[in-house]
Amino acid sequence: MSSEPLFEKVFTVEGKDYIRAGSVSIEIRKILEGFGIDPETTRRVAIITYEAEINIALYAERGKLKLLVFPGEIRLEIKDKGPGIENIEMALENGYSTATAEMRELGFGAGMGLPNIERNSDEFSITSTFGEGTKLLITIKPKVGKPS
Amino acid sequence: MKLHEVVDKLGLTVKAGQAGLDREVTGGYASDLLSDVIANAREGDIWVTLQVHENVVAVSLLAKVAAVIMVGGREPAADTALKAEAEGIPMLSTEMSTFEIVALLSDLGIRGGRRSGT
Repeated sequence: MSSEPLFEKVFTVEGKDYIRAGSVSIEIRKILEGFGIDPETTRRVAIITYEAEINIALYAERGKLKLLVFPGEIRLEIKDKGPGIENIEMALENGYSTATAEMRELGFGAGMGLPNIERNSDEFSITSTFGEGTKLLITIKPKVGKPS
Repeated sequence: MKLHEVVDKLGLTVKAGQAGLDREVTGGYASDLLSDVIANAREGDIWVTLQVHENVVAVSLLAKVAAVIMVGGREPAADTALKAEAEGIPMLSTEMSTFEIVALLSDLGIRGGRRSGT
Protein backbone atom coordinates (compact mmCIF):
# COMPACT_ATOMS: atom_id res chain seq x y z
CA MET A 1 0.00 0.00 0.00
CA SER A 2 1.47 3.31 -1.06
CA SER A 3 -1.18 5.73 0.21
CA GLU A 4 -0.38 8.32 2.84
CA PRO A 5 -1.19 7.36 6.42
CA LEU A 6 -4.23 9.00 8.01
CA PHE A 7 -2.25 9.25 11.20
CA GLU A 8 1.33 8.74 12.25
CA LYS A 9 3.01 9.07 15.63
CA VAL A 10 6.22 7.91 17.27
CA PHE A 11 6.12 7.03 20.96
CA THR A 12 9.10 6.57 23.25
CA VAL A 13 9.00 3.53 25.54
CA GLU A 14 11.26 3.62 28.58
CA GLY A 15 13.11 0.53 29.70
CA LYS A 16 13.32 -0.96 33.21
CA ASP A 17 10.15 0.32 34.88
CA TYR A 18 7.92 -2.57 33.86
CA ILE A 19 5.48 -2.11 36.75
CA ARG A 20 4.44 1.22 35.22
CA ALA A 21 4.66 0.17 31.57
CA GLY A 22 1.57 0.27 29.37
CA SER A 23 0.83 3.98 29.06
CA VAL A 24 1.74 4.11 25.35
CA SER A 25 -0.69 1.23 24.65
CA ILE A 26 -3.45 3.00 26.52
CA GLU A 27 -2.86 6.16 24.46
CA ILE A 28 -2.85 4.16 21.21
CA ARG A 29 -6.11 2.41 22.15
CA LYS A 30 -7.74 5.81 22.66
CA ILE A 31 -6.39 7.11 19.32
CA LEU A 32 -7.75 4.09 17.43
CA GLU A 33 -11.11 4.31 19.18
CA GLY A 34 -11.17 7.96 18.09
CA PHE A 35 -10.78 6.81 14.48
CA GLY A 36 -13.78 4.52 14.94
CA ILE A 37 -11.73 1.35 14.44
CA ASP A 38 -13.79 -1.73 15.39
CA PRO A 39 -13.49 -3.16 18.93
CA GLU A 40 -11.91 -6.48 17.88
CA THR A 41 -9.15 -4.68 15.97
CA THR A 42 -8.46 -2.19 18.77
CA ARG A 43 -8.31 -5.16 21.13
CA ARG A 44 -5.76 -6.95 18.92
CA VAL A 45 -3.64 -3.80 18.66
CA ALA A 46 -3.87 -3.33 22.46
CA ILE A 47 -2.55 -6.88 23.02
CA ILE A 48 0.33 -6.33 20.58
CA THR A 49 1.38 -2.90 21.86
CA TYR A 50 1.10 -3.95 25.50
CA GLU A 51 3.31 -6.99 24.98
CA ALA A 52 5.81 -4.91 22.98
CA GLU A 53 5.93 -2.22 25.66
CA ILE A 54 6.35 -4.79 28.42
CA ASN A 55 9.13 -6.54 26.49
CA ILE A 56 11.03 -3.25 26.12
CA ALA A 57 10.50 -2.44 29.81
CA LEU A 58 11.58 -5.93 30.91
CA TYR A 59 14.63 -6.34 28.74
CA ALA A 60 15.74 -3.25 26.81
CA GLU A 61 17.21 0.13 27.69
CA ARG A 62 14.63 2.03 25.70
CA GLY A 63 12.59 1.74 22.55
CA LYS A 64 10.48 3.50 19.99
CA LEU A 65 7.04 2.52 18.79
CA LYS A 66 5.71 4.02 15.58
CA LEU A 67 2.00 3.84 14.88
CA LEU A 68 0.73 4.29 11.32
CA VAL A 69 -2.98 4.27 10.60
CA PHE A 70 -3.99 3.68 6.97
CA PRO A 71 -7.56 3.39 5.65
CA GLY A 72 -7.47 -0.43 5.54
CA GLU A 73 -4.63 -1.32 7.89
CA ILE A 74 -2.67 -0.39 10.96
CA ARG A 75 1.10 -0.69 11.02
CA LEU A 76 3.41 -0.82 14.00
CA GLU A 77 7.18 -0.45 13.88
CA ILE A 78 8.81 -1.23 17.20
CA LYS A 79 12.53 -0.87 17.71
CA ASP A 80 14.53 -1.18 20.87
CA LYS A 81 18.07 -0.63 21.98
CA GLY A 82 18.91 -3.55 24.19
CA PRO A 83 20.44 -6.98 24.49
CA GLY A 84 18.66 -8.41 21.46
CA ILE A 85 17.28 -11.94 21.33
CA GLU A 86 19.80 -14.74 21.12
CA ASN A 87 17.39 -17.35 19.80
CA ILE A 88 14.34 -15.89 18.06
CA GLU A 89 12.85 -19.29 17.28
CA MET A 90 12.77 -20.17 20.98
CA ALA A 91 11.49 -16.71 21.96
CA LEU A 92 8.51 -17.24 19.64
CA GLU A 93 7.61 -20.47 21.44
CA ASN A 94 4.83 -20.24 23.98
CA GLY A 95 6.27 -20.52 27.50
CA TYR A 96 9.88 -19.74 26.68
CA SER A 97 11.16 -16.85 28.78
CA THR A 98 14.37 -15.34 30.10
CA ALA A 99 12.55 -13.34 32.79
CA THR A 100 13.90 -13.10 36.33
CA ALA A 101 12.19 -14.69 39.35
CA GLU A 102 10.98 -11.25 40.48
CA MET A 103 9.39 -10.51 37.09
CA ARG A 104 7.63 -13.88 37.11
CA GLU A 105 6.37 -13.47 40.65
CA LEU A 106 4.66 -10.25 39.57
CA GLY A 107 2.96 -12.01 36.65
CA PHE A 108 5.34 -10.86 33.91
CA GLY A 109 7.63 -13.01 31.80
CA ALA A 110 5.25 -15.92 31.25
CA GLY A 111 6.76 -16.57 27.83
CA MET A 112 3.56 -15.45 26.11
CA GLY A 113 4.64 -12.01 24.88
CA LEU A 114 5.96 -12.65 21.38
CA PRO A 115 3.47 -15.48 20.73
CA ASN A 116 0.63 -13.08 21.68
CA ILE A 117 2.05 -10.47 19.31
CA GLU A 118 2.43 -12.93 16.43
CA ARG A 119 -1.03 -14.46 16.95
CA ASN A 120 -2.76 -11.08 16.81
CA SER A 121 -0.84 -9.76 13.79
CA ASP A 122 -1.80 -10.25 10.14
CA GLU A 123 1.79 -9.67 9.10
CA PHE A 124 4.65 -10.06 11.52
CA SER A 125 8.40 -9.91 11.18
CA ILE A 126 11.12 -9.85 13.79
CA THR A 127 14.80 -9.14 13.43
CA SER A 128 17.24 -8.98 16.28
CA THR A 129 20.93 -8.33 16.59
CA PHE A 130 22.39 -9.88 19.69
CA GLY A 131 23.86 -7.11 21.83
CA GLU A 132 22.19 -4.31 19.86
CA GLY A 133 18.44 -4.61 19.81
CA THR A 134 15.24 -5.98 18.33
CA LYS A 135 12.89 -4.73 15.63
CA LEU A 136 9.30 -5.77 15.01
CA LEU A 137 7.27 -4.89 11.92
CA ILE A 138 3.57 -5.59 12.28
CA THR A 139 0.47 -5.09 10.17
CA ILE A 140 -3.06 -5.47 11.47
CA LYS A 141 -5.93 -5.50 9.03
CA PRO A 142 -9.33 -4.68 10.49
CA LYS A 143 -11.80 -7.49 9.82
CA VAL A 144 -14.65 -5.04 9.73
CA GLY A 145 -14.57 -1.90 7.66
CA LYS A 146 -13.81 -0.80 4.18
CA PRO A 147 -10.68 -2.00 2.46
CA SER A 148 -8.49 0.84 1.28
CA MET B 1 -25.47 -7.94 36.49
CA LYS B 2 -24.37 -4.59 37.88
CA LEU B 3 -21.06 -4.53 39.69
CA HIS B 4 -22.54 -3.04 42.87
CA GLU B 5 -24.88 -6.04 43.12
CA VAL B 6 -21.88 -8.39 42.88
CA VAL B 7 -20.11 -6.36 45.58
CA ASP B 8 -23.15 -6.55 47.90
CA LYS B 9 -23.95 -10.21 47.32
CA LEU B 10 -20.39 -11.46 47.80
CA GLY B 11 -19.41 -9.01 50.56
CA LEU B 12 -16.50 -7.55 48.62
CA THR B 13 -14.60 -4.54 49.96
CA VAL B 14 -14.24 -1.60 47.56
CA LYS B 15 -10.63 -0.35 47.79
CA ALA B 16 -10.68 2.11 44.89
CA GLY B 17 -12.69 3.19 41.87
CA GLN B 18 -16.09 3.55 43.55
CA ALA B 19 -17.17 5.61 40.51
CA GLY B 20 -17.23 2.47 38.35
CA LEU B 21 -19.63 0.43 40.49
CA ASP B 22 -22.58 0.89 38.15
CA ARG B 23 -20.75 -0.97 35.37
CA GLU B 24 -22.26 -4.12 33.93
CA VAL B 25 -20.39 -7.39 34.55
CA THR B 26 -20.77 -9.68 31.54
CA GLY B 27 -18.30 -12.44 32.36
CA GLY B 28 -15.21 -13.34 34.30
CA TYR B 29 -11.58 -14.33 33.99
CA ALA B 30 -9.16 -15.59 36.65
CA SER B 31 -5.40 -15.45 36.16
CA ASP B 32 -2.23 -14.06 37.71
CA LEU B 33 -0.24 -13.94 34.47
CA LEU B 34 -0.63 -10.55 32.81
CA SER B 35 -0.03 -11.82 29.27
CA ASP B 36 -2.75 -14.40 29.79
CA VAL B 37 -5.21 -11.75 30.99
CA ILE B 38 -4.47 -9.28 28.19
CA ALA B 39 -4.92 -12.06 25.62
CA ASN B 40 -7.99 -13.77 27.05
CA ALA B 41 -10.01 -11.46 29.28
CA ARG B 42 -12.88 -9.73 27.51
CA GLU B 43 -14.54 -6.36 27.84
CA GLY B 44 -16.92 -6.40 30.81
CA ASP B 45 -15.20 -9.31 32.57
CA ILE B 46 -14.53 -9.26 36.28
CA TRP B 47 -10.85 -10.18 36.73
CA VAL B 48 -9.89 -12.34 39.71
CA THR B 49 -6.19 -12.21 40.65
CA LEU B 50 -3.63 -12.09 43.44
CA GLN B 51 -1.55 -9.41 41.70
CA VAL B 52 -1.81 -5.99 43.36
CA HIS B 53 0.83 -3.85 41.61
CA GLU B 54 0.28 -0.85 39.36
CA ASN B 55 0.39 -2.75 36.08
CA VAL B 56 -2.93 -4.35 37.03
CA VAL B 57 -4.54 -0.97 36.21
CA ALA B 58 -2.85 -0.78 32.78
CA VAL B 59 -4.01 -4.31 31.93
CA SER B 60 -7.52 -3.52 33.19
CA LEU B 61 -7.74 -0.42 30.97
CA LEU B 62 -6.39 -2.24 27.91
CA ALA B 63 -8.53 -5.35 28.34
CA LYS B 64 -11.49 -3.17 29.38
CA VAL B 65 -12.40 -5.37 32.32
CA ALA B 66 -15.26 -4.15 34.50
CA ALA B 67 -13.36 -4.56 37.78
CA VAL B 68 -10.60 -6.45 39.58
CA ILE B 69 -11.07 -8.74 42.58
CA MET B 70 -7.93 -9.27 44.65
CA VAL B 71 -8.09 -12.55 46.56
CA GLY B 72 -6.79 -13.87 49.88
CA GLY B 73 -7.24 -10.54 51.65
CA ARG B 74 -4.88 -8.77 49.26
CA GLU B 75 -5.37 -5.08 48.62
CA PRO B 76 -4.18 -2.80 45.82
CA ALA B 77 -0.75 -1.25 46.41
CA ALA B 78 -0.89 2.49 47.16
CA ASP B 79 0.06 3.51 43.59
CA THR B 80 -2.38 0.97 42.16
CA ALA B 81 -5.25 2.39 44.21
CA LEU B 82 -4.40 5.97 43.18
CA LYS B 83 -4.30 5.10 39.50
CA ALA B 84 -7.46 2.96 39.68
CA GLU B 85 -9.27 5.79 41.45
CA ALA B 86 -8.21 8.26 38.74
CA GLU B 87 -9.40 5.89 36.01
CA GLY B 88 -12.58 4.83 37.82
CA ILE B 89 -11.72 1.13 37.72
CA PRO B 90 -13.07 -0.64 40.80
CA MET B 91 -10.47 -2.53 42.84
CA LEU B 92 -12.25 -5.02 45.08
CA SER B 93 -10.88 -7.21 47.83
CA THR B 94 -11.99 -10.51 49.37
CA GLU B 95 -10.61 -12.82 52.04
CA MET B 96 -11.63 -15.77 49.85
CA SER B 97 -9.33 -17.73 47.54
CA THR B 98 -9.59 -17.61 43.76
CA PHE B 99 -11.40 -20.96 43.70
CA GLU B 100 -13.96 -19.90 46.31
CA ILE B 101 -14.77 -16.52 44.76
CA VAL B 102 -14.99 -17.88 41.21
CA ALA B 103 -17.46 -20.53 42.41
CA LEU B 104 -19.63 -17.83 43.98
CA LEU B 105 -19.41 -15.61 40.89
CA SER B 106 -20.55 -18.58 38.83
CA ASP B 107 -23.51 -19.08 41.21
CA LEU B 108 -24.50 -15.48 40.40
CA GLY B 109 -24.52 -16.39 36.72
CA ILE B 110 -21.18 -14.76 35.88
CA ARG B 111 -19.34 -17.14 33.60
CA GLY B 112 -16.21 -17.45 31.52
CA GLY B 113 -15.99 -19.50 28.38
CA ARG B 114 -16.57 -16.99 25.60
CA ARG B 115 -13.00 -17.44 24.39
CA SER B 116 -12.37 -17.43 20.71
CA GLY B 117 -8.83 -18.73 21.09
CA THR B 118 -7.35 -15.63 19.48
